[in-house]
Amino acid sequence: MADNQKMWDELGMNLELHDQLCEVLPQAFGDVFLSQENRPESMDYYNMVVADIHGIRPAELIEHQKKGGKVFGTFCVFVPDEIIFAADAIATGLCGGSQFWVPGGEKVLPTNTCPLIKASVGARLDRTCPFFRIADMYIGETTCDGKKKAWEILSEDVPVHVMNLPQMKRAKDIKAWAEEIETFKDVIEEFTGNKITGEKLAESIQLINNKRKALERLYNYRKNENLPISGTDALVISQIAFYDDPARFTQMTNKLCDELEQRVQDGVSVVPDGTKRIMLTGTPLAIPNWKLHNIIETSGAAVVCEEMCTGTRYFENQVDEAKETVEEQIESLAERYMKINCACFTPNEGRIDDILRLAKEYKVDGIIDVNLKFCNLYDTEGYFVERAMKDAGIPVLGIETDYTDSDAQQLRTRISAFVEMLNN
Amino acid sequence: MNYVGIDIGSTASKVVARGKDIFQFVLPTGWSSKEATTIIKEKLLENGIDVLSDETKVVATGYGRAAVDFADYTITEITCHARGGRELAGGDCSIIDVGGQDTKVILLSNGTVQDFQMNDKCSAGTGKFLEIMANRLGVTLQELFELAEKGTVLPISSLCTVFAESEVINYIGEGRSREDIAAGVVDSVAAKVAQLGQRKRLSENLILTGGLSHNEYFTEILSKKVGQKVNSVENGRYAGALGAALLAEEKTVGAARKRNS
Repeated sequence: MADNQKMWDELGMNLELHDQLCEVLPQAFGDVFLSQENRPESMDYYNMVVADIHGIRPAELIEHQKKGGKVFGTFCVFVPDEIIFAADAIATGLCGGSQFWVPGGEKVLPTNTCPLIKASVGARLDRTCPFFRIADMYIGETTCDGKKKAWEILSEDVPVHVMNLPQMKRAKDIKAWAEEIETFKDVIEEFTGNKITGEKLAESIQLINNKRKALERLYNYRKNENLPISGTDALVISQIAFYDDPARFTQMTNKLCDELEQRVQDGVSVVPDGTKRIMLTGTPLAIPNWKLHNIIETSGAAVVCEEMCTGTRYFENQVDEAKETVEEQIESLAERYMKINCACFTPNEGRIDDILRLAKEYKVDGIIDVNLKFCNLYDTEGYFVERAMKDAGIPVLGIETDYTDSDAQQLRTRISAFVEMLNN
Repeated sequence: MNYVGIDIGSTASKVVARGKDIFQFVLPTGWSSKEATTIIKEKLLENGIDVLSDETKVVATGYGRAAVDFADYTITEITCHARGGRELAGGDCSIIDVGGQDTKVILLSNGTVQDFQMNDKCSAGTGKFLEIMANRLGVTLQELFELAEKGTVLPISSLCTVFAESEVINYIGEGRSREDIAAGVVDSVAAKVAQLGQRKRLSENLILTGGLSHNEYFTEILSKKVGQKVNSVENGRYAGALGAALLAEEKTVGAARKRNS
């Protein structure tokens, strides 16, 4: 790890503060992941990635920059990675899932900002995330008011391009999003000096589609009565998808899926027969936020699906691969991305339909609707989620939480009671 | 066989024993649920129940349930309150439980929990809120209710206990009467408790459990806020422990039946 220290130093990171994070992460990872029984062997790859999450991938990104390539940091599933990779650049997720970064964000943001935004801004301003240091430009979007203003603060420190995501889904909004992607393409071309051709874009559309297909395949195994993989393991894979090299991630995830295929054939399950199946819906769980999965899966239930940005919203729907001109390809991109049912849209009935469909597909016994504290959009939409589930006869538990552990015991009581209720 | 339910709450620990004799007792949890657990163990022994014997089955519940190291099962307070509430109400019911640290609304259907709601971390609308305000007014909880009955409600609007305390301090500074402030405090707690259940379809058979369950003045105010009759029940504070004791029996009998079949 001496090489990491040197790299972090050269990135201008706050080593002393960052060391504090490095000290607690292995313990947390061990407690949550390595304590699980009967994990698939192919989880080794993801264990390794997380164990050195601020080392291996950052080093690759720096190597890419040394060869003249650019790195773009993104925050949201609406930003089309395809455009970035088509310009021989790399897109990477940015840190934002730990309480460790929250106080840094609170120095400049109002207290009633969601922890995801606070943590992201804190990770940048405190210089404790290598991805934030490496990225040549951040790509923001207008999915909520908190983020919109946060970009303004971040842009004082680093180049930021903000994509204007429409808030409705009429034909003209999809057209507007296509135009926004067009502008995004121009920005990326200019910043990288690389031209995005139809051929290049076709390649990257396939690259990202393949990643989505691998994740979809992984999730499909979770629909089995016999669960070949825990929800906690599936979550960390979803989280890593935002950072890893897409081709390698796809390959490793397909390798894991081969093992899961065998497990399904052999009737292997990571949980006892009759374990209640929970789907999480709501706000994203950015790495290393494993709190809810850990509590649920150590309270006698299993998480079988996440209707979240770190979950189905990330990989459902493919981009049409048959288009050849950049103009047509951008239209296909706009169509695919505008199918994501985020609470920032009004109305957003599609999301309720998604949840009902997923509940059936994954044979869900109960739903836990999760809201990151101060996320007004998902919190308000929770009203409709709860009502629709009640009407469909699916038990639902609403939970609001942040990154701190201060409510862990309270959550454990509520979640255990929910599981007891499902078992009765 | 002896079936013992132990409910370690944040303020009080409640015990119900069902065996040759049926008895119950309550003690303050104090600073350590571990210590309270030891006292309970000794008290049970004085009454002829050895918790370590095979003849005794123990279910622990409440926020300190993990501290009861001799428990045969630990079950959440939601499930235990539901079971105990069903016994006290004589069938399916809805339960409002005002605890020392949290407040919950539980809906039963076909004898089991159908839905529930718990307050967030915040202590507004819990016994803790009343305790803090009684301290501020220099009276006991009992006296707080006696004062409140004679007073006219002064509005306390803050959702946070700390801010609500500031409001009370302001009223004291303005020279308002203790009766009026006390009435405001009780009204505010009842309003927050009622709010918790407002999205749920409560049963007509609605009971109050927890430390305030025998307090008729409080159930009267709460009934007004909820918009339907809230019934006080005898031994309502033992609902969780009673449910735990009943579940100890049902679990043991159920397990034996499984073994024999």
